[in-house]
Amino acid sequence: MSATLTVRAATGGRSRHPALRRFMRHRLAMFGLFAVLGLLLACAIGPMISSWGPLTIDLRHRFQAPLEGPHVLGSDQLGRDLLVRLLLAGRISLFVGFAAMAISTAVGVVVGLAAGFYGGWTGTVLMRLVDAVLCFPSIFLLLTLAALVSPGVVTITLIVALTAWMEVARVVEGQVRALRERDFALAAEAVGVSDAHLMLRELLPNVVAPIVVAATLNVARAILLESYVSYLGYGIQPPTPSWGNMLNNAQEYLTSAPWLAIIPGAAITLAVTGFNFLGDGLRDALDPRLDVTR
Amino acid sequence: MTEILAVDALSVAFHGEGGTVQAVEGVSFALGLGETLAIVGESSSGKSVTALALMRLLAPPPGCRVRGHAMLTRGDGEVVDLLALPEARMEAVRGRDIGMIFQEPMTSLNPVHRIGAQIAEALLAHERLSARAAGARVTVLLDQVGIPEPAERARAYPHQLSGGMRQRAMIAMALACRPRVLIADEPTTALDVTIQAQILELIRRLQSETGMSVIFITHNLGVVAEIADRVLVMYAGQVVEEAPVTTLLRRPLMPYSAGLIASVPRLEDVRSRGARLPAIPGNVPAPRQRPEGCTFHPRCRFVREVCEAARPPLEMAASDHAVRCVRWRDIAA
Amino acid sequence: MIGFALLHLAPGGPLSQFAITPGMSAEALARIAHQMGLDRPLPIQYLDWAGHLLSGDWGRSYRDQQPVLAVIASHLWATLELMVSSTLLAMLVGTWVGVLGAVRPYSVADYLATIGAMVGLSIPTFWFGLIMIYVFSVWLGWLPSGDMYASGDGTLLDYLRHLVLPCLVLTLVTVATWSRYMRAAMLDVTGQDYIRTARAKGVGRRAVLVRHAMRNAMLPMITIAGLQLPTLLGGALVTETVFTWPGMGRLFLDSIGYRDYPVVMGILMFSALLVLAGNLAADLLYVVADPRIRIR
Repeated sequence: MSATLTVRAATGGRSRHPALRRFMRHRLAMFGLFAVLGLLLACAIGPMISSWGPLTIDLRHRFQAPLEGPHVLGSDQLGRDLLVRLLLAGRISLFVGFAAMAISTAVGVVVGLAAGFYGGWTGTVLMRLVDAVLCFPSIFLLLTLAALVSPGVVTITLIVALTAWMEVARVVEGQVRALRERDFALAAEAVGVSDAHLMLRELLPNVVAPIVVAATLNVARAILLESYVSYLGYGIQPPTPSWGNMLNNAQEYLTSAPWLAIIPGAAITLAVTGFNFLGDGLRDALDPRLDVTR
Repeated sequence: MTEILAVDALSVAFHGEGGTVQAVEGVSFALGLGETLAIVGESSSGKSVTALALMRLLAPPPGCRVRGHAMLTRGDGEVVDLLALPEARMEAVRGRDIGMIFQEPMTSLNPVHRIGAQIAEALLAHERLSARAAGARVTVLLDQVGIPEPAERARAYPHQLSGGMRQRAMIAMALACRPRVLIADEPTTALDVTIQAQILELIRRLQSETGMSVIFITHNLGVVAEIADRVLVMYAGQVVEEAPVTTLLRRPLMPYSAGLIASVPRLEDVRSRGARLPAIPGNVPAPRQRPEGCTFHPRCRFVREVCEAARPPLEMAASDHAVRCVRWRDIAA
Repeated sequence: MIGFALLHLAPGGPLSQFAITPGMSAEALARIAHQMGLDRPLPIQYLDWAGHLLSGDWGRSYRDQQPVLAVIASHLWATLELMVSSTLLAMLVGTWVGVLGAVRPYSVADYLATIGAMVGLSIPTFWFGLIMIYVFSVWLGWLPSGDMYASGDGTLLDYLRHLVLPCLVLTLVTVATWSRYMRAAMLDVTGQDYIRTARAKGVGRRAVLVRHAMRNAMLPMITIAGLQLPTLLGGALVTETVFTWPGMGRLFLDSIGYRDYPVVMGILMFSALLVLAGNLAADLLYVVADPRIRIR
């Protein structure tokens, strides 16, 4: 009865500024979008237009603090320009983030589709496997795997992807399982289409929205994980710069040149925050209408 | 007749993202001592909102604005305006002077607390009692509402009771402090018919024992016939007719009320072949799309041009019968 | 429950491979392999290892030949202290912030809290730790920057001074997620009918909040707490590294550096067991807290 509903809305939500709420949602997501795009642009083009190369050693300006000399963001112990190194490191970190997201999303979708679709034994086993692996802290797993392989951009990407696909699989499995019993799926089955057709053409398109949200949040997570691993020394190795290993470097000079630590970390935070806001905004925009389990 | 509650020009407006909705407009009525007033209406007629507004259970401004006055005469003779009381004093009134029961007993009880504790909570909110004394009162209350083995049942959780039992427990909770007014918001709608009868009987019995007044909100005319002394008919947020129950059921003056009464299926009508159930054509207007003039006119059999002109005022057809219709004299003739 | 079984399956297989240490001569490798029984078929190796595990023999550390379990145990307390203190702090602050956000949703305070939580989630723990060290140790000089005790001083006050920073840093991520979930749970609960009933009885607003709203909102939070455990452990590892806190996390890192695989595997297994135990405890607590669920 709509009277009851109106009443519920009136007594349940004390919305003081509903307009503010909507604006806020959009604003955060917009901020996220701009932050991400801005970073991508800067990292792609920045190093090319700067006069300093990443390995250019400028011994006359070692340990220069930001804005105090020719280096905009300062320089490190070898006089290398921090801004350029930062942007180049950004290329690596962002690349790892995206690539790991792509791989982990692909794997997660496949596993989730299969588990949700076939259900029964296969489904349960697969999901239990996912649950079991989720018991381990991802960093522990990451480090273990990283120690086994020779570190490099590709290997790190793969490892990060390996620790991130489970969440996607979970989400997809839940959605597919709910959709499986819906009328349109049963109708298609009754007509006699193949399993593959059902999974790919009927069910998958309906799961796209949560996948997009999960993927965006995955990029954030991947960037964060890469930075952890690199900081601890098992990720991207110098001289290839990555935000994580720049921080590793900076720890020695914390007392004398704190900007070496502050700035790369800020970059990581900015990137991760940007993707998180973006993912959250996407979730608000897409979810209520397309999330089938709600 | 002594009045215990006098409502004057109550109106409720909700301000939301899509604009403002006038849920209730200019509702006035008086509730006498020991009287049962039924408020009848369909969805979005504003009957539930009226009750919640009286209890001040709606959202605070700016989400929701309540205007008007509701003068309550408390047990000690003090008269207060419910709509103007500061919140702290209103908390003292809720449960103590006015009790309220709701439609869905399952969701209206907290699932993690035992019902005995929840009833005791109502007591302890208003009186100083030791835990033991409260427990004893709870047992008595449960017994009064007809729950067998009350001492044991008090230790049960809501999900362990049947629908009828839960509603009885809710009633015990609402009446714990012996309020002078009980507001019942569709308490039997969610229950089976036989249980419905039991609950109605219970309310009637309690009323005769304690002399309390009851505001009974429902959309079921059968229930109205059973227990009401007077009836208030609401449509689209306004009172459209008010009369003693027999007068209303026999000679309704407002076409809407007449339509409602006529659309109740009667056994004799079913027997005669070819009889069709008279229904009111059209739908209840959405709160934001109320028609100009008389809100009922698009669906009314007796509509004339004058009905679209302006909102009809509430007129007194007799000393105890009010109607909001421009043409009531013509129609009655 | 099934998790237990699969747990044994998961790490056992691939990880038993990595007793192969890079950088050793092929001969030495073969000798050690034979010594360790690695030239036996894989399934037998696995069963053997599992058997050892269950009987309490977790192997010996390569570094100093100590039994792995003993090594882990000696570092366990430090990590637990850190984790428990930070979890308590996170829950206290997170609950307060979450409830505040739910009681006044969409207000300025709520807006700030939400943004703060999101940023908090995005900050790399180690960076936050470094900043903290810089601010409090270097710049202000108030707190020490590492280890658990200053040498020669084992008093409680000294210990607490050393605990503050790592605890705060570890709290960061937990408090962010906790407050967000708490707010969501509270918002969900306050929209329920029984809240309206409680108010209709005349119960005071604060009592309604605590006895009804929070009591019910806590239920899903119990499950959340259990799910947070792996993240907490990971965070502990990083925090211990930054602050050179002598706990299990740092042991893990060191062991990897030394290629001390038995210890590494031991810690992996242990942390997984810890998580499982934690989740089990959470499940049991949930059953106690929610009367609708009772094991028959």
